[in-house]
Amino acid sequence: MGMIQGMIRINGEGAPLAAATLAELLVQSGVDADGKGVAVALNGQVVRRASWAETKLSPGDDVEIVRVRQGG
Amino acid sequence: MQKHKDPLVIAGRTFNSRLFLGTAGYPNRQVMLDAVAASGTEMATASIRRISLAGEEESLLDLLAGRVHFLPNTAGCQTAKDAVLTAELAREALETDWVKLEVIGDRELLYPNVEELLLAAQELIAKGFIVLPYCNDDPVTCQKLADLGCATVMPLGAPIGSGLGISNPHLIELICARSTVPVVLDAGIGTASDAAQAMELGCSAVLVNTAVSRANDPVQMAAAMCAGVEAGRLAYLSGRIPKRTHAEPSSPQFGLVGT
Repeated sequence: MGMIQGMIRINGEGAPLAAATLAELLVQSGVDADGKGVAVALNGQVVRRASWAETKLSPGDDVEIVRVRQGG
Repeated sequence: MQKHKDPLVIAGRTFNSRLFLGTAGYPNRQVMLDAVAASGTEMATASIRRISLAGEEESLLDLLAGRVHFLPNTAGCQTAKDAVLTAELAREALETDWVKLEVIGDRELLYPNVEELLLAAQELIAKGFIVLPYCNDDPVTCQKLADLGCATVMPLGAPIGSGLGISNPHLIELICARSTVPVVLDAGIGTASDAAQAMELGCSAVLVNTAVSRANDPVQMAAAMCAGVEAGRLAYLSGRIPKRTHAEPSSPQFGLVGT
């Protein structure tokens, strides 16, 4: 069965868990495949780019997806 | 010219320009890029923010990569914990260990929370970051940050975005005279003479954003800031004359006509 149960948080908002890995979630979130200028934290810990594909998501996970923006 | 003989070295990186420029608040991207070019800066600040699921604008990284070093900030963070995580995300996103550490204690004044700032600085230095902290114009705080191992101290001249200039030049001069690390005047610059003043007081560099990005002509103001920083630096190196309470004639006092 393809349905995945449970909820996660993405950038502070609740969302149904619909991705098996961090890499899948990033694709769903519209991040380019190379993820240039993007960084991700899972439950308060940065996940290096090289580990996105192998990092599994579980219900209750808290994901931060950020990118470089203009700043002072 | 003089500026090429007077490089600034921070954490082993050499800068020929002593002006660091912010990238926020320009009328459009082309103006921002032109201002970066006109300023002559070699380091531009950036922020780290949650992605927007509504679609993304063109990446700042793509626009400026290869033209300047990036200095990501932790702007808006109010705790050491958030600032440290933001710095770690910035390191991953930008592949740099450099961070402008900002921990805010008051949303209206955007004044630093010194307690959290020191905690965050200590933790980030332990994690191998090159930390450039935005801090109060307070010699004791600056000394503590330098002692922790910060690469610079970056005292504010006046509140962020206020354009008030340097509220307490005496303190900035004191900080510069005592500091064991380069002092970068960060925040409060309103116009080119403020940048020149910062350099005359002994600052090693100036960080400007709003005064350029919100000027009527940001590109021209960027050039003015560049000139102001260079003028101030040259004046500092040249040694100004002492101030006097009475006139001191500059023409010869002998051979006056009619005497």
